[in-house]
Amino acid sequence: MGTISLIKARKAFGDAVIIPGADLDIKDGEFVVFVGPSGCGKSTLLRMIAGLEDLTSGAIHIDGKDMTNEAPSKRGLSMVFQSYALYPHMSVRGNISFGLKMAGLPKAEIDAKVAKAASTLNLTEYLDRKPRQLSGGQRQRVAIGRAIVRNPEGFLFDEPLSNLDAALRVNMRLEIMQMHKDLGATMIYVTHDQVEAMTMADRIVVLNRGVIEQVGSPLELYNRPDSLFVAGFIGSPKMNLIQGSEAKKFDATTIGIRPEHLAISEKAGTWTAKIRLAEHLGADTFLHVDAGPCGMMTVRAEGEYDATADAKIFLTPEPSRIHRFDKDGKAIRK
Amino acid sequence: MATQQTRALGKLAVSPSVFALFMWMIVPLAMTIYFSFLRYNLLDPNPICSLLSPGALLDAENRCLAGITNYSYFLTDPAFFKAMGNSLKLVGWVLAISVVGGTLLALLLDQAFYGRGFVRIMMIAPFLVMPTVSALVWKNMMMNPVSGFLAYLFKLVGLQPIDWFAHAPMTAVVLMVAWQWVPFATLILLTSLQSLDEEQKEAAEMDGTPPLSYFWYIVLPHLIRPMTVVILIETIFLLNVFAEIYVTGTAGRAGNLPFLVYQYGLIANDIGGASAGGIIAVILANIVAFFLMRMIGKNLDA
Repeated sequence: MGTISLIKARKAFGDAVIIPGADLDIKDGEFVVFVGPSGCGKSTLLRMIAGLEDLTSGAIHIDGKDMTNEAPSKRGLSMVFQSYALYPHMSVRGNISFGLKMAGLPKAEIDAKVAKAASTLNLTEYLDRKPRQLSGGQRQRVAIGRAIVRNPEGFLFDEPLSNLDAALRVNMRLEIMQMHKDLGATMIYVTHDQVEAMTMADRIVVLNRGVIEQVGSPLELYNRPDSLFVAGFIGSPKMNLIQGSEAKKFDATTIGIRPEHLAISEKAGTWTAKIRLAEHLGADTFLHVDAGPCGMMTVRAEGEYDATADAKIFLTPEPSRIHRFDKDGKAIRK
Repeated sequence: MATQQTRALGKLAVSPSVFALFMWMIVPLAMTIYFSFLRYNLLDPNPICSLLSPGALLDAENRCLAGITNYSYFLTDPAFFKAMGNSLKLVGWVLAISVVGGTLLALLLDQAFYGRGFVRIMMIAPFLVMPTVSALVWKNMMMNPVSGFLAYLFKLVGLQPIDWFAHAPMTAVVLMVAWQWVPFATLILLTSLQSLDEEQKEAAEMDGTPPLSYFWYIVLPHLIRPMTVVILIETIFLLNVFAEIYVTGTAGRAGNLPFLVYQYGLIANDIGGASAGGIIAVILANIVAFFLMRMIGKNLDA
């Protein structure tokens, strides 16, 4: 089955250390999302699992077997690339069947598998087209089809949705989640978009400069971020981080409070603030306020909040929702 | 170029250069066509039939106008068919060698190895050597049956050295010309190889593609278009090979169409016949180019 373990997996190019040493256990059938800002090493980590990058040291076990030095095609994993990487001169059928052909499967079996994959992905009528005659979403589907037919232990997705427009991205997101449910295979998904991470993942792995900052379910990361970095990265809009004297009152170097955990009042509250800007989204209104010693903050008001510029409001944080961090950016727990 | 006025102005502005280019092409062509219908030989003791004395065309006996005699003579000359065969042989072999050799060299130079940059620059060097110089070097230093390097190599392994220009003149010319044109093919194919999408290579790797299948299914289809470019451009230049044949004195058995025209014009001093031959060569080259474009041009559309 598709368990994947990284054991002190390290990657360095000369003196430049990309991944100082990652330990991670991924359970069979789990949907794990690697998330982090650009250049945090999440794609490198994925490529190391795929076998497209050698490890400098450490090991990768797939399905309990040491696969550290195994060829990519022998690892039982399929990969969906960011650019899709379809073979431009082959038809959709050719693209999907290529891996099977290389594996030397009999033609009848290949045809059956391609037909099955094509019908699940709604590609049947496009089988004889070339990739350039397809739309972005269809190409994406072909790339997924190419991954599915090999019947892998695990799927690796490298920012697969970043080339699609917003509406299609939401659709494909749902389709990939549905696919995960249907196939029950292990999936590792790399993205820089924390919304994708929150919505899709069973577990999220937050990476920062090659280091795994925290691993946990989306709500765990949302409710109990281990570090300042995770706190700032997970959640939209970002958590308000307050330093200085206000933080001191809570025995911390930095305190964090999410925009949705601040109560607004026009009469009284912990902090006074002046409204600078308001973003009206319909269901919510995000107020950007100047909260004096706390600095600029973002506050969520439910529904349509009638905000006038420079109006004075009072903010009160939910005490249980205040996150405290020490001077190293680590969370202080009671 | 939005308005009619700017378009008109644009046309006006480019017209001098268009005119100059047009004259550049049309005057020599028109003169060649004109000469090809004249009975014009430099050895004629009474050379009245030339461009300088157009009045002669109108003389009563009309001795100057040759009609199509120059053409019919050239086309029925047994040397013509031989020259054409040699032209085709030369083009075909050099194309085959430069496309296959160029592909292999490009694959080699695409690999990372120490000193690759230097090797790449050296690789282009033969293309920059003048054909006359290259022919001299090959003739005197490489293929000389006594003191040549190839003869030395042959003797080293106990073989009888070949007198290339006497016994295999066509092979010798093909080798020399191919040596010049393989770098061109290599250069074009190498740039194309480097534009092969990195993620495609990785996708093929994930698909478990063995090296030969990788070349056959992924690389070769990617190279088809640059190959057609190589074939098109090389054909045009290879139809005009002259220096190698002239310098090595292999015209007897390896002489091609341009060389035959040269023989008509500068050895037999028959300007009319040479001009007719030149026009025939132009027409043949255009036919070849036309079919070539039709055959492989559709590769360039996509």
